Amino acid sequence: MSGERPKIRLRGLTKRFGEKIVLDGVDLDIRAGHGMVILGGSGSGKSVTIKCILGLIEPDAGVIEIDGRDVLSMDRRERDALNDHVGMLFQNGALFDSLPVWENVCFKLLAQKRITRALARDKAAEVLAQVGLAASVGDLYPSELSGGMQKRVALARAVAAEPDIIFFDEPTTGLDPIMGAVIDGLIVDVVKRLGATAVSITHDMASARRIGDDAAMIHRGKIVWTGSAAMLGDSGNPVVDQFARGEREGPIQMELRR
Amino acid sequence: MRASTWAPRRVDAVLTPVAAVGRGVIGACRSIGAVTLFALQALALTFRAPFHWRLFLRHFIEIAYFSLPVVALTAIFTGMVLALQSFTGFARFNAEGAVANVVVISITRELGPVIGSLMVAGRIGAAFAAEIGTMRVTDQIDALTTLSTNPVQYLVTPRLLAGIAALPLLILVADVLGIMGGWLIGTAKLGFTSAAYLRATLDFLQMMDVVSGLVKAAAFGFVITLMGCWCGYNSRGGAEGVGAATTAAVVSSSILILALDYVLTEMFFAR
Repeated sequence: MSGERPKIRLRGLTKRFGEKIVLDGVDLDIRAGHGMVILGGSGSGKSVTIKCILGLIEPDAGVIEIDGRDVLSMDRRERDALNDHVGMLFQNGALFDSLPVWENVCFKLLAQKRITRALARDKAAEVLAQVGLAASVGDLYPSELSGGMQKRVALARAVAAEPDIIFFDEPTTGLDPIMGAVIDGLIVDVVKRLGATAVSITHDMASARRIGDDAAMIHRGKIVWTGSAAMLGDSGNPVVDQFARGEREGPIQMELRR
Repeated sequence: MRASTWAPRRVDAVLTPVAAVGRGVIGACRSIGAVTLFALQALALTFRAPFHWRLFLRHFIEIAYFSLPVVALTAIFTGMVLALQSFTGFARFNAEGAVANVVVISITRELGPVIGSLMVAGRIGAAFAAEIGTMRVTDQIDALTTLSTNPVQYLVTPRLLAGIAALPLLILVADVLGIMGGWLIGTAKLGFTSAAYLRATLDFLQMMDVVSGLVKAAAFGFVITLMGCWCGYNSRGGAEGVGAATTAAVVSSSILILALDYVLTEMFFAR
């Protein structure tokens, strides 16, 4: 990891909501063109971390650099230009239910005026084929799709504009194991084809090993371990090993009562 | 010992209610400021590309066309009741002839815009708050940001402009139908001839009555769509949050319509 410049570099990222400290100095380097998986329990700050990188939440302190440029000091225009090259798959899909699937898929291309509405249907069919969906799905509305199909449409939407960086927020949550593996396979294919940097947050170990090259463990608002995703479950770090094996006893204590 | 703790307690007893009032006032000021900035941001974005014509048209049709039945029925019945009430009231002063004048002035200046807008507040304010609120709690608003689209420009600006443009047209129809309601009762029940009733209506009607009513309607359209968007945009916490946002949108826009009506009437007609 040393030597080459990381695609995304976080230093001392801090965020609190009221009294609760969610991020307590997150330091993380994410390599260009690799898959990074951020692991952590519910409420550990995974989602807040990527929402900070995306600019959806303003951190209280810290540095976020993308391609060596400080994101937090950018003006709105620069920030928008940067976001043009970023894609995001939301946990529940977040498809626009007032728009048909084809318009959802090509939303970013249409917003950036890189495509006309007349051509968007064909483009949508092309992208839908990459995630294993028929072109006819393009004319349906999101509410008419099953959970797995919604996830695939959301994946198609996240990658349609061919981003450099793609974020995946719990891509397999709420899917059966086989559909989870299918989605993971599509993610790996599409990321490889685009040569993009993929940042995923998950608590699904099987999924983490499939889509990650590197892994990082976040616990109580801090990164406590980084290493190869292949080493998960055998990392030598008690926090990571407890999490990876899903054990009740260990350094992570669930706060069941207050 | 007892004396030393006694004095601060009495100060607390005085200050606690004062502090509560202060907190309320500060909170109200903060909300007003936040809504104002939200509205200014949305209106300023009208002048920055892209303008979402498709959405503007969709919301315009939703407000102007699909609210027609509700507003039309309300206006007709209001005009009918108005004719009936003013007839029985004026009979005491032998001034039954003024029914047409009272109906036309009341409808164009006040009842058309206010009652019509209250109906639209229930329909459109609630629908906007529920739709935008659902988009908020299902991350669709965050998704807009990641898809190179400004959520305020996409969701709020077209709705505000559609409300401002649609309400005057809707209220113009309400004015006509309200006067027609009065005419129905006047000719069918109260013994006016059609020609006499219409002549009295037209003789008494001034341009200012209609124009002031339509300006009010535009202002109410702004208030309804603004509160619908604001409450939805800031909703939190799942289905319950969306429900609360919907209620808040209808209640706040209804109150604001009535308060703003007073202010605008003062501006137009106070001498």
